[in-house]
Amino acid sequence: MNVISAKIGQPVSRIDGFAKVTGQAKYAAEPHPPGLLYGVIVNSLIARGRIEAIHDEAARAVPGVIEVMTHHNRPHTALFEKSYVDGLGVPGSPYRPLHDAEIRFNGQPVAVVFAETFEAAREAAMLIQVDYERWPHNADFDAALYQKYMPSKTRSNYVPPKTRGNASEAYALNPIKIEGRFHLAPEHHNPMEMHATTVIPEEDGTLTVWDKTQGPQAVQTYLASALSLSGKKVRVRNPYVGGAFGSGLRAQHNVFLAALGAEMLKRPVRVTLTRPQMFTHVFRPEAVMDIALAADRDGTLQSIIVEGVTDTSRFEHNMENLVIWGLIGYKCPNATADYKIAPRDTYTSSDMRAPGAATGVNLFEMAIDELAWACRMDPLAFRRHNYSDIDAMHNMPFTSNALREALLLGAERFGWNERPLAPRSLRDGKELIGWGMATGIWDAMFSPTSARARLTSDGRLHIATAASDIGTGTYTILVQTASEAFSMPIDRIDIELGDSTLPECPTEGGSWTAASAGAAVWLACQSLCEQFLKLLKKNKNTPDWMKQDEITVAEGELHGVRNGSPVALSLQDALSFIGQDSIEAEETAKPGLRGKISEMRKARFTHSAVFCEVRVDEDLGIVRVTRLVNAVAAGRIMNPKTAASQVRGAMVMATGMALHEESLMDERYGRFMNHNFAEYHVPSHADIPEMDVLFVDEKDKEISPLGVKGVGEIGMCGTAAAIANAIFHATGKRHRNLPIMSGA
Amino acid sequence: MRNFSYSRPGTFDEACRVTEHTRFLAGGTNLIDLMKSDVERPAHVTDLKSLSMNQIEELPDGGLRLGALATNADTSAHPLVIRHFPVLASAILAGASPQIRNVATNGGNLNQRTRCHYFYDPDMVCNKRSPGTGCSARGGRNRIMAVLGTSEACIATFPSDMCVALAALNATVNLHGPKGERSVALRDYHRLPGEAPWIDNVLQPGEIVTSIDLPSVSFGEHYTYLKIRDRLSFAFSIVSVAVGLEMESGLIRRGYLALGGVGTKPWCVPEAEALMKDKPPSHSLFRDVAERILEGAVVDRDNAAKLKLAPRVIERALWQAAEGTPQSQTCKTIR
Repeated sequence: MNVISAKIGQPVSRIDGFAKVTGQAKYAAEPHPPGLLYGVIVNSLIARGRIEAIHDEAARAVPGVIEVMTHHNRPHTALFEKSYVDGLGVPGSPYRPLHDAEIRFNGQPVAVVFAETFEAAREAAMLIQVDYERWPHNADFDAALYQKYMPSKTRSNYVPPKTRGNASEAYALNPIKIEGRFHLAPEHHNPMEMHATTVIPEEDGTLTVWDKTQGPQAVQTYLASALSLSGKKVRVRNPYVGGAFGSGLRAQHNVFLAALGAEMLKRPVRVTLTRPQMFTHVFRPEAVMDIALAADRDGTLQSIIVEGVTDTSRFEHNMENLVIWGLIGYKCPNATADYKIAPRDTYTSSDMRAPGAATGVNLFEMAIDELAWACRMDPLAFRRHNYSDIDAMHNMPFTSNALREALLLGAERFGWNERPLAPRSLRDGKELIGWGMATGIWDAMFSPTSARARLTSDGRLHIATAASDIGTGTYTILVQTASEAFSMPIDRIDIELGDSTLPECPTEGGSWTAASAGAAVWLACQSLCEQFLKLLKKNKNTPDWMKQDEITVAEGELHGVRNGSPVALSLQDALSFIGQDSIEAEETAKPGLRGKISEMRKARFTHSAVFCEVRVDEDLGIVRVTRLVNAVAAGRIMNPKTAASQVRGAMVMATGMALHEESLMDERYGRFMNHNFAEYHVPSHADIPEMDVLFVDEKDKEISPLGVKGVGEIGMCGTAAAIANAIFHATGKRHRNLPIMSGA
Repeated sequence: MRNFSYSRPGTFDEACRVTEHTRFLAGGTNLIDLMKSDVERPAHVTDLKSLSMNQIEELPDGGLRLGALATNADTSAHPLVIRHFPVLASAILAGASPQIRNVATNGGNLNQRTRCHYFYDPDMVCNKRSPGTGCSARGGRNRIMAVLGTSEACIATFPSDMCVALAALNATVNLHGPKGERSVALRDYHRLPGEAPWIDNVLQPGEIVTSIDLPSVSFGEHYTYLKIRDRLSFAFSIVSVAVGLEMESGLIRRGYLALGGVGTKPWCVPEAEALMKDKPPSHSLFRDVAERILEGAVVDRDNAAKLKLAPRVIERALWQAAEGTPQSQTCKTIR
């Protein structure tokens, strides 16, 4: 391996790629301990009511069935509701699986069958009959809107919108305006790997829990709390995660039920969800945004009014930062926004890739495009004219913001200046061609994170933190970071992630892992290196040249000066002087006082500029996305290969949001009906063109210790709007509902 | 998974001996899926793969016989199919994915079941799955459901692409059963749901599709298979059209047309096809044809868009065929 190409900023291929493509990487459903029992969940048929009786005689008669666990016979769990609050901290009354007879949503687990084989468990699960007392329910979003409310306790990450000026007056007074209701259908995360848990009771009385999660420590805390176990009794592992997109932020019911089953039966237990069952828990909320915008005759934005609603369950108050994005990004003097949530009898909606912004930015950028056209201005020129160089809602400067550079770079790559202003100007045969653009914005977050670095007598560096690599490339960038921080070739670095016993790391999400875990690894490696050199200098046994200030570690060797000439020694040999098998350092990266002051005074965001070409067969309503360019300003890019892959993946997902993805709720039953990949359409290869992902140079020493912002979500924000706006430019027709389906 | 017994007979007579709860297995791309979903619950599975039915051979009159066990992939790639029946190759390639077509068989394609959400979800009432329980698709999320040939009891669409081309080609289905052999026109093979939607087709107990005969046609380049779906690949059709035109000196001597995605079976209206006889292609003619085909359509909660879209797809497909510019299944621009 080329040593030089392994540092931060180099396009290193995934170090876990080989293990993944050869099947050596083990996922949550893959450990196979002796005596493993298979658990299959039985889901409720109704959306609201009470279980009157569960008939499990036929199920119990299936050979191989060990137990049918229901609310009647489950082991004891925590008494208090608050013990079931998970790491995401959604206010309300958390769902407690198999707690009692009450049904709160369609698909709610009502029983789990445990059997010696998966087939027996599944057959038995199919034989279980449940009698219900049905209560009236509402699963219709439009009806739920009449019950919209603002919860008294909000989610901790909720950012309330701040009003400035007088938006309704400015709306009335200004000559050019648009207003309308914009809508996004509910979506499901649908990672490739379905949620699964394998729980192994160990000989020492502890439970090892292999779970598909984005936060092993959050699941560990949740399980210990909800099952009233000692925290030390539970170890959660998730070394490999086959995508999650936010579905693994909360401890899902499979992990609770698997652990409960293992406690009950004192045997290893595995619970896996089927694809249809993946539609019985979290989803991106359905959303409406009523947006009114006004500009003066110069095309200067004078009024922004946004009222947005997303759905939640009847028992928890899930919230998103839906309505703030336009108020932050545009320097409009009069702006106001309002946000509420609407309850329906479903499971609680939850965070899905760029929660709030994927919906709020895209719908707002569709509205901005309408206003730009109402002003007869080029949409890029309109944005550059109205774009704010500070966070206009909080009146705070950005730590950095290279959006203007991103707009220029993206426009140049796309060839935007060739674009005719009027819609319906471009045509090729039977197809109308349209060019659209939008800007994206997403938080650049940093969370306190710890990491450990250890140098062992074989000369290898071992890195460990409880971060999760959900398929994003975290293993790779952390090894690159360690390689640079310690100056060690990457083939001599081992890394361990995804284990609750490792140094503390927050749940992976919000695009903060690269910045936060990266900083922790950097600090730990630097600290280790300092400690190593100090030990060498102090030690009685080391030769004189090692006691001098000139010694350094470089490319995995100790370098110094002896008798005026350079000298190098292997780390193994150097370590042997100290007489220790290994040395270790653990450090926590946190904002510090300066960082906290900076957080109060400066806004922290990632930005992007997305350009799109579509071709539309107008007669048949067929949209083809034929070009996508995304210029991203996200601080320092740790690995352009994995980073571009993140952005491209999000652009595919955003294409789905624009054109394909919709979970179809049958309100009569409160059930999402297209609960499989044949009918829930994610984009196919044919739907995705070549995508250009460009990174703008953005130096930012304030944002995080390594100047990193994170790129997991920014690709969602703006891309769907760019597609919708391109469809307008092609056809002259506005669509305010996403997805825009064929034939529409 | 429920337990079932399994056999792989070597002769037709053996294979035809069935009980009420026997299901025939060919490629398995649909049956296995349905068994996993607890929709099909066979007590016995008879695997047909040892029977010799995978040939594709020319018939004396210039037609073609497609073995029931020939895979969709092999059929669509067969030189005789490509040369003489390109509309069939095109329709096959418009369906599913390469992986599925590599395994799925021609006989299985005829006997695949609907993709109705409510049929696929055993928790929902469905007359097609559980006779007499009712239809939950009516009044539900039925964007993908049929607008033609529906009944009070069922509005499920028949999902095949291949069968739409076979219907346009007036193919014949050859059967082997306990009472011997018989042949049925493809257009009569699938049933309307009526009051018994659980019976998809005219197969009698124990009858096996052995082959499909294609009569000789002379469409030249005047054919197309045009499929509109919710993404550009690997989705069932919202509306699809198979067309073949016998053209001579600018006139349509005879026109053949079948619709997919909109009916409870591949949808053909001979009176609409007859409208084209000896006429030059024209907008008004094609509009009339479309109107005639869609006569009697009934929409439900979510599927009115199909009815709006269908005439446009029919007209476009007829123009593609008339102009000799059949739709490509790889280039996604619609011609």
